[in-house]
Amino acid sequence: MAIFLTKESKVVVQGMTGSEGTKHTRRMLASGTNIVGGVNPRKAGTAVDFDGTEVPVFGSVKEAIEATGADVTVIFVPPKFAKDAVVEAIDAEIPLAVVITEGIAVHDTAAFWAYAGSKGNKTRIIGPNCPGLISPGGSNAGIIPADITTSGRIGLVSKSGTLTYQMMYELSDLGFSTAIGIGGDPIIGTTHIDALKAFQEDPDTDLIVMIGEIGGDAEERAAAFIKENVTKPVVGYVAGFTAPEGKTMGHAGAIVSGSSGTAQAKKEALEAAGVKVGKTPSETARLARAALEG
Amino acid sequence: MDLFEYQARDLFAKHDVPVLAGEVIDTPAAAREVAERLGGKAVVKAQVKVGGRGKAGGVKLASDPDDAVAKAEQILGMDIKGHTVHKVMLAETAPEIAAEYYVSYLLDRANRTFLAMASVEGGMDIEEVAATKPEALAKIPVDANEGVTPEKAREIVEAAKFPADVADQIADILVTLWKTFVAEDALLVEVNPLAKVADGRVLALDGKVSLDANAEFRQPEHEALEDKDAADPLEAAAKAKGLNYVKLDGEVGIIGNGAGLVMSTLDVVAYAGEKHGEVKPANFLDIGGGASAEVMANGLEIILGDPAVKSVFVNVFGGITACDAVANGIVQALELLHSRGEDVTKPLVVRLDGNNAEEGRRILTEANHPLIQQVDTMDGAAERAAELAAAK
Repeated sequence: MAIFLTKESKVVVQGMTGSEGTKHTRRMLASGTNIVGGVNPRKAGTAVDFDGTEVPVFGSVKEAIEATGADVTVIFVPPKFAKDAVVEAIDAEIPLAVVITEGIAVHDTAAFWAYAGSKGNKTRIIGPNCPGLISPGGSNAGIIPADITTSGRIGLVSKSGTLTYQMMYELSDLGFSTAIGIGGDPIIGTTHIDALKAFQEDPDTDLIVMIGEIGGDAEERAAAFIKENVTKPVVGYVAGFTAPEGKTMGHAGAIVSGSSGTAQAKKEALEAAGVKVGKTPSETARLARAALEG
Repeated sequence: MDLFEYQARDLFAKHDVPVLAGEVIDTPAAAREVAERLGGKAVVKAQVKVGGRGKAGGVKLASDPDDAVAKAEQILGMDIKGHTVHKVMLAETAPEIAAEYYVSYLLDRANRTFLAMASVEGGMDIEEVAATKPEALAKIPVDANEGVTPEKAREIVEAAKFPADVADQIADILVTLWKTFVAEDALLVEVNPLAKVADGRVLALDGKVSLDANAEFRQPEHEALEDKDAADPLEAAAKAKGLNYVKLDGEVGIIGNGAGLVMSTLDVVAYAGEKHGEVKPANFLDIGGGASAEVMANGLEIILGDPAVKSVFVNVFGGITACDAVANGIVQALELLHSRGEDVTKPLVVRLDGNNAEEGRRILTEANHPLIQQVDTMDGAAERAAELAAAK
């Protein structure tokens, strides 16, 4: 088992024929993902050869689902067209849409998120501006490198891609049930809380590592959720203690405004909920190791 | 991107939100002609992106065009909370104000939707109203796809309890302000005060607008709104090279890949600095997933061009990019800088981890560059970089 993504997942790629889509489709295939198709209305009916694996291209997500039974879409469509791509995925009622695209306008994300809600939230959205998720040994949907870690019993949820990789690498001997990057944009689909809830319910996850960063109050809300609902041990890390006010640190959502969104406030909230919070990624990995090994 | 008041005024006017006439100038002499156009009298307002300018003496009434020149002279160049005044707006004088209200639209991150906020208690800091009289601030979620229709505007007006004599005007303003918010891809539009004046009109007398940089692809006019005066020269140079760079006030230059890892690197360096002469990170620089030699060279050039930098910490985790490519990038970057005539003398501490890390380390070891030092862990490398910066 794992959360959201398993060995049985059938994955389509929207934007597979673009340069990023092609590159990462090849990587996903190499890490064992069952990729059943790509979507591009202009190339429907053709197929793309990935080192001997023929992947058919469909005209729409709906057609891809009808032909293959796909239940996950990974979206690499450029920012300008990303909203339409997500709306198409929602209309096709695919259970999971992983939006890798970076740089989507907030009004577009707000629009597809509201649209998903108006359609009854049948599609779980991860991202945008995220590295996706991996259930090592099972499936990999997105751009997380598969060869830096192994399968195991830690669940990881993070706003940041490279911090996800760093943590997966440091704890690669213990391994992960699922590692999920939820993205650093101001509006994201799947939140820390959604992932915490799923890890709490997942019989194959024994420990949860949660990585946050400055901006917004998602970590504070996650802390409140942990206090009430999570019985598994949680280890946390928050990036951006020394970030100055009013400066956006790379991610559109990573900004301290006034007293809100500071790393210190997030750390305190998590500690108050019983989460052990590391001062650096390495210390966090040590805390996780200690918690798992007892 | 946060806008100046005059830019917000212009956008409001463009989308039919009622405002007073106003024009921006950057020399005192220009004030005369503008004041004449405005009918002689004018309000001279400092254009700074910080609150409290009235109390600081940044807003003055000019009685005639000569006085406008004198007032502009007083205000231009003034320092308001660390912001130098480079521009002033001359605005038409408002009829006597009878009441001050507040309205805004903003992104509600927690609820992943937009939010309308409105209050009859305008004119003051809205965060204070929210803290001291929360019942006086109406908050109404706005669905991104449904937007603010006349019916929705009416709902906001009723929730905020605006008086009957201004209700229709404010409802109209709420609709045009929503159009501004959507058409301009804004993250925030705020009118404070929204004033009822003696002749019964309701006018947006001051406003704040913040725009979404991700929407630049469909907002070609927004680039011209950027405040070129305020941009740090290093930040401007980095932006021209397409680098994601933020200048900070420390001594250890930072290059890393991925926003989260770089943020984390800043923290780790600051902790290490506590033991080494209180040195701090000099910048944020995320070179992204694909760290080519050219991107690495451009990044190093910006950082080495910062006179405050005493040592550089290159912190790369090879996820998608392999560390051998990064190592080659660093070596080639130093050669490239040398060929550009740059005299590189600052030490570089490099930590490579992840994909092909061993090969990457071998490449750096064999290059045997006198300025490059390798440390295997992020914490250890931060310590070394801080130590080197403190020793200089």
